[in-house]
Amino acid sequence: MPTIHVDVVSAVEAIYSGDANCVFAPASMGELGIYPNHTALLSTLKPGEVRIETDKGMESIYVSGGIVEVQPSTVTIFSDTAIRAEDLDETKALEAKQRAQQAMSESGTKKDMAATQAALAESMMQLQMIAKARNKKSKL
Amino acid sequence: MAAGKEIRTQITSIKNTQKITSAMEMVAASKMKKAQDKMLSSRPYCDKISTVIGHLANAHSEFKHPYMEKKDELKSIGIIIISSDRGLCGGLNTNLFRSLLKTIFDYQNKSIEVSICTIGKKATSFFKKSGLNIKSVLTDLGDNPNYDDLLGTVKVMLDAYDKNEIQQLSIAYNKFENTMTQNPTVTQLIPMIPVDDGLDYYWDYIYEPDAKETLNALLVRYIEALVYQGIVENIASEQSSRMIAMKSATDNAGDMIKELELVYNKARQAAITQEISEIVSGAAAV
Repeated sequence: MPTIHVDVVSAVEAIYSGDANCVFAPASMGELGIYPNHTALLSTLKPGEVRIETDKGMESIYVSGGIVEVQPSTVTIFSDTAIRAEDLDETKALEAKQRAQQAMSESGTKKDMAATQAALAESMMQLQMIAKARNKKSKL
Repeated sequence: MAAGKEIRTQITSIKNTQKITSAMEMVAASKMKKAQDKMLSSRPYCDKISTVIGHLANAHSEFKHPYMEKKDELKSIGIIIISSDRGLCGGLNTNLFRSLLKTIFDYQNKSIEVSICTIGKKATSFFKKSGLNIKSVLTDLGDNPNYDDLLGTVKVMLDAYDKNEIQQLSIAYNKFENTMTQNPTVTQLIPMIPVDDGLDYYWDYIYEPDAKETLNALLVRYIEALVYQGIVENIASEQSSRMIAMKSATDNAGDMIKELELVYNKARQAAITQEISEIVSGAAAV
């Protein structure tokens, strides 16, 4: 019986890799059953279960969304790590922009925080070392 | 023996510094291992999605996504700059910024505007004095960057591309070659440079629900994956670079201690000799 190679990956790790008899994926237009020699297909996924049928039994993997690519001999499932929603992304983008504006406006007036902190840490370290040196000296 | 005491104090203070640097070296070494594992585990996603993009470029799709088409006129470009949040990691950030500044000057000489997006505190504090237009900022990612965090930052740049504010988007980070070498790299993200997969027959995907939506989802994920990969590689580079820097600092401290001890012993010896000769001459006088 012909088999099809299946890879399930997420941005942080490889989740599954192996040969299967058939794969079921929760595509956005309805569930897809993919058998070997399927025609090339590209689809988005909705949250759901990916089932992989192998000789040893059924594998079940939950995906929170993503993309499936089908080639005649391989199936690749890209599982989303992040939770996506249009307005959620929008707020995040706004936050990133605000941080940029803040950084730009601070540059003229205030001293750079990172540099100040580094300087502070350095002088603290020096003070500590001086204190230590004094302690040792007084013991001698 | 005033000089002797001063030298002794100096030796103790250098020894303390050496303790700190050697501790930092060990911490960096263990963090580097973790960062490398993280980098390797996120590689499959990147590789696979690149393969699909490669297929797509050859798929002769009827719908051409704007990210895959070169724009006629190049007026301004965007660069995502990835740096570390903390210092004390050798010349890692400086090397990247130096090579980047050269690239930026080249663009500016061709009167192409450059707007940037900075990831990491070092890049943010360095480039805000440069007078470039900073579009978005992301800092305090830590050693375990969260995928959610970078979405907004990337979106700002992609939106700018969609609105035709920039006609090209690149990413700059330190590529992790091995523990000893990290190379500053600037790679073009969009428009994508098509890879030839050697297939010469015509075919196209079936798109569900439709080509535009599917391609958009795929390409956005592709770019995010590349940026994430860049961040993870940069962290691995940072840790290994810090480890090397701290190792050489520890070694240098050791050398300094050796030299100072030599000077100290010589001074002590000289003082003793002087005292003996004083005693002897004193005894002779009596």
